[in-house]
Amino acid sequence: MADTTLETPAVIPHRRKIRWGTVGDHAVLILGSLLMILPPLLALTTASHDAVTIHREGLQLTLGDDLGKNFHAAMFEKGGFTQTVDGMLMLMNSFILGVGFAVGKIVISMMAAYAIVYFRLRFATLAFWIIFTTLLLPLEVRILPSYEAIQKLGLTNTYTGLIVPLIASATGTFFFRQFFMSVPEELAEAARIDGAGPWKFFVDILVPLSQTMIAAIFIIMFVFGWNQYLWPTLITTDESFFTLVRGIKQIVLSYTDSQIPEHGQALALAIVAMIPPVVIVVFFQNWFVKGLTESDK
Amino acid sequence: MAQVSLEGIRKVYPNGYNAVETTSFNIRDGEFVVLVGPSGCGKSTLLRMIAGLEDITEGVLKIGDRVVNDVDPADRDIAMVFQNYALYPHMTVRKNIGYGLKNRGIPASEIDAKVQDAAKMLNLTEYLDRKPAQLSGGQRQRVAMGRAVVRDPALFLFDEPLSNLDAKLRNQMRIEIKALQRRLGTTAVYVTHDQVEAMTMADRIIVLNAGRIEQIGTPSEIYHNPASTFVASFMGAPPMNLIDAQVDQGQVRINGYNRVMPAPAAHSGPVTMGIRPEDVTLNADGDIRFHVDILEELGAHRLLHGAIADQPFTVMVNKDHAADIGETGISLKPDALRLFDMETGQKL
Ligand SMILES: Nc1ncnc2c1ncn2[C@@H]1O[C@H](COP(=O)(O)OP(=O)(O)OP(=O)(O)O)[C@@H](O)[C@H]1O
Ligand SMILES: [Mg+2]
Repeated sequence: MADTTLETPAVIPHRRKIRWGTVGDHAVLILGSLLMILPPLLALTTASHDAVTIHREGLQLTLGDDLGKNFHAAMFEKGGFTQTVDGMLMLMNSFILGVGFAVGKIVISMMAAYAIVYFRLRFATLAFWIIFTTLLLPLEVRILPSYEAIQKLGLTNTYTGLIVPLIASATGTFFFRQFFMSVPEELAEAARIDGAGPWKFFVDILVPLSQTMIAAIFIIMFVFGWNQYLWPTLITTDESFFTLVRGIKQIVLSYTDSQIPEHGQALALAIVAMIPPVVIVVFFQNWFVKGLTESDK
Repeated sequence: MAQVSLEGIRKVYPNGYNAVETTSFNIRDGEFVVLVGPSGCGKSTLLRMIAGLEDITEGVLKIGDRVVNDVDPADRDIAMVFQNYALYPHMTVRKNIGYGLKNRGIPASEIDAKVQDAAKMLNLTEYLDRKPAQLSGGQRQRVAMGRAVVRDPALFLFDEPLSNLDAKLRNQMRIEIKALQRRLGTTAVYVTHDQVEAMTMADRIIVLNAGRIEQIGTPSEIYHNPASTFVASFMGAPPMNLIDAQVDQGQVRINGYNRVMPAPAAHSGPVTMGIRPEDVTLNADGDIRFHVDILEELGAHRLLHGAIADQPFTVMVNKDHAADIGETGISLKPDALRLFDMETGQKL
């Protein structure tokens, strides 16, 4: 027994120390998430109550019984001043605006960047910086002349009028320019020798190479277009062009003396309006990150 | 297949930089010509003018019998292999090789057959459905070759196609490219700054220096009869020894020695004398004293670096030849002496 030449098992200290750093990190993250998730959650719970309750008691923290009813009314009941628009139509309009806006921006800015990077234009750099300075002139600044122009062209109450004035994009041009400049020059030269003209090179080589970039910009721009409020408000007076974002306002506004606003429906619509951008970002976030961080040349 | 002729070609870049001075030469049908020179001497510029990727400032360029100065690269009947291969990253090997044919409106079945042929020739058959990112450097290089070969052009242009490969692969590809060019009989212009590539691959070498042609000749001519001290020191590893000497009455004398040797050229006065390190033998009794500082083992050979009469000098001896640091005598092979003008560096 005294023969303990055998190695005594090393005493492994019981080490489950709490790493306070990690705990702190998580606390901050959890707090942040709560902060972000609370408003939509509140919207959801409140949307499950009837208009009277909400009007009287304000935001609700508990689930009521009217959730289905409010959503149904918001989406399928004809409403508005003309009693012809329902939530589905507005949803469609929002999609048209979001997609049109994003696609338009991508097409325009890709072509602008292509011209700036690949063609020996005399004033390519100058042109780029001029485009870039338009970042200082967002729509809000030039809204009156823009409105005037669209109105003169007779494009009020059209999808064209809704989308086209918004699609010039300095940001998009900038990102595509940076990307194109990182594509090796020899690729364009090889394509030239291979008999690909400027258009073929663009379509066969540059566009496929820009895939992830396009996806990333599409996501940003779609969400941005989806959330447009000011410009649609100005340019479309016809209710059949209303987007979700505007529709919410419209419900709250239908305020005659005897009626209390349908806050429940408005919140239901707000939640519907939130879903597509969230879904797109969640599903495409890999592409998104890839597009902005790496480029597989 | 075609011959190429450059008549008074010159290149001035838009910023005013004179990249290629007025240059004329002919490349024969089926010939493998290597453009070699130090970095920035205008090799790529010259090649890119032939390809049509750079405008020709002045002069006439003919491929075959056609003046191509204003012909688009696609219509010059050329194919080019780039240093970074410039493969289309999103296309499979098959599409990469076939892209040039597709753009020329060749029917899909024919493209497929040609791509198969090219792939077979380059041992790429099993990689046809891979993307470039899934290939090794050597395989990518082959794909770039395939893209050139498949179109069966009149002229191949190579811009340092092997410089991204490791030494072993480089040696192997060097032989393969040369063999392929031989087999196809296509005229080729090959740019490199590696003088070993130039020596081993070329039918004729064009040595460029600062936008000017220093010498045009076969590898043997360039090696044995360099036209200038620039060529002498650029071609060959180790380079030719260049030391100060005097010529008097048909005899050369290295400065600081009395020993005279018959001069290979009529001249008198100070000259630069050149001799290849392998044309020097160690000779304990030799009256030219060589002080060895460094011994470099190359396996088959040994390099002895040192000085004679305080001028740097290198001797190459066979591996079984004993050699040691310190002073020894040497003798120079008389018919290997070359003389150059002290001032201009031109061969006398
Ligand atoms: N677009 C350009 N504008 C102005 N100067 C240029 C341009 N392209 C190249 N040069 C200059 O022309 C000279 C020759 O360039 P080139 O690319 O032909 O050299 P090179 O011999 O191929 O060198 P390397 O072995 O490094 O590739 C260089 O001094 C370079 O700085
Ligand atoms: Mg070069």
